[in-house]
Amino acid sequence: MSEDALPSEVSGEAFRRILFEAPRPSAPSALSATVTMAWRALLKIKHVPFQLFDVTAFPIMFTVLFTFLFGGALAGSTGAYLQYLLPGLIVQAIVFITVYTGVGLATDINKGIFDRFRSLPIWQPAPVFGAVLGDMIRYSLAASVVMTVGVVLGFRPQGGILGMVFGVGLVLVFAFAVSWIWMVLGMKVKTPESVMTTSFLFLFPLVFVSNIFVDPTTMPAWLQTVVAMNPVTHLVTATRGLMHGQDVLASVAWVLLASAIIVAVFAPLALRLYRKER
Amino acid sequence: MTDAIETSGLVKAFGRTRAVDGIDLRVRRGAVYGLLGPNGAGKTTTIRTLTTLLRPTEGIAKVLGLDVVHEPKAVREKVGLTGQFASTDEDLTGHENLVLIGRLLGLPWRDGRERASELLEAFGLAEAAKRQVRTYSGGMKRRLDIAASLVVTPEVLFLDEPTSGLDPRSRNQVWDVIRAIATRGTTVLLTTQYLEEADRLAERLAVIDQGRLIAEGTNRELKASVGASRLHVRLRRPDQRVEAGTLLARSLGAKVFHGADASVLSANVRDEQGVAEALSALARSGVHVEEFSLGSPTLDEVFLALTGRPAEATPPNEVNA
Repeated sequence: MSEDALPSEVSGEAFRRILFEAPRPSAPSALSATVTMAWRALLKIKHVPFQLFDVTAFPIMFTVLFTFLFGGALAGSTGAYLQYLLPGLIVQAIVFITVYTGVGLATDINKGIFDRFRSLPIWQPAPVFGAVLGDMIRYSLAASVVMTVGVVLGFRPQGGILGMVFGVGLVLVFAFAVSWIWMVLGMKVKTPESVMTTSFLFLFPLVFVSNIFVDPTTMPAWLQTVVAMNPVTHLVTATRGLMHGQDVLASVAWVLLASAIIVAVFAPLALRLYRKER
Repeated sequence: MTDAIETSGLVKAFGRTRAVDGIDLRVRRGAVYGLLGPNGAGKTTTIRTLTTLLRPTEGIAKVLGLDVVHEPKAVREKVGLTGQFASTDEDLTGHENLVLIGRLLGLPWRDGRERASELLEAFGLAEAAKRQVRTYSGGMKRRLDIAASLVVTPEVLFLDEPTSGLDPRSRNQVWDVIRAIATRGTTVLLTTQYLEEADRLAERLAVIDQGRLIAEGTNRELKASVGASRLHVRLRRPDQRVEAGTLLARSLGAKVFHGADASVLSANVRDEQGVAEALSALARSGVHVEEFSLGSPTLDEVFLALTGRPAEATPPNEVNA
């Protein structure tokens, strides 16, 4: 056949190297497979930094806008308002990014790469745990970006560096828990886009009907009740308190307990859905 | 030695649909074996069951003697899968993708990176190594997909429609790769809708239709089961076609078909001895034969004979069940 005469790029000396001559390596440990998967998540940050910045851009915009537009009116001065606002904006930024964990998983499932992972001799939940591990690094990066902008603008928390570290740490714990919810969602829906829209449907009210932007004592009583029930409010109270060196042990305990419950419910569910054939 | 692949009474049902409905397969080690059938015939489901992605509903499936239900991890250590859809990460570069797979197969970082470069070079992708896979052409993506299944040479390689959607040049490259792997002892099970592909690559074929195996054997056996050879004759003068047709039909004792080309005739031949006589009968009557050929029926004709309908390939955007 004349087509055989077409030049082939797969040929010559290199062609012989298609075969792996060394002895077959033994399958990787669970830890090694998970770390490799986390490495993949980090590469995605490198190649698609957009995923990091579209969610941090908003908090930065909010920081700048709210601080200078409303700061004076809401808190007497822009500087005073920034001290109030910034911890909440970190919460907002991170809570929004958690959605990408679910989106990423849904994308993998939609594409063939999910089949490839499942046909490899690895500890089967490694792709899930690796994604979570990689995303924790992504969350930390986003938190650092917002924090840096805040400090540049004049954020000077009384809790000092340690307070900031503890504050961000608590947000990360909560984000870790919440990302399992989006993973369950990511495995249930048909397209990655629907993870985004569905989760934002829940996240927008959670983030805005909270104490991120203003002190709820100025709100009508019924709204105060709603705000008080919102887990984001508890997280913001705890984070703000930690950063400013206040005693917020009750709020911190509340957030830790809530995170533990979310993980206890959604992590096993996510892993079971992951194992399910499709 | 145990067979590379062995299934008996394999059934995979999705709800009430039996995508695979009792398939018995035996593939000897080192063979290139083709699963041929139209979209939705159950080829992909068979491959996904053999690579532990699906659990059989009924029956037994073994790869290298290992049961896919009871020893899935051992099976995964020995097989490679290139699915129907791109199974690389489009956000990552080609090199990163192969390092990722190498790591997941247990290679140390350093060996993984070396192996990735080696494969990219072998597959003509060295220049694109540092580019994100989303910038690759269809053919490049497919080659990377196959390379990913070869980071550590598997004992059994499963290829689900390896050349679907590829241009002829890329398709030839993929064929070259498959042949190269097979010569070194890896068993290859490939599915295809392209009859020509099965004919070119596979030494044995199973024809699957609606979840069932409807024929199995070597290319030659399959063709022989359908009919003997087919004679094609091209005339110098198209106006002699009717006369030639009558002569051929008489001396061959077979029905003669007129091709789309006005100077072409063809006929099924039972006895190849008769061909010489038929051709000399044409010469005696002053019909000029420009060329003739005697060949096996095409796999298209085989499929038609087996199922009663042509094996038409459905458009590539339709998803296989």
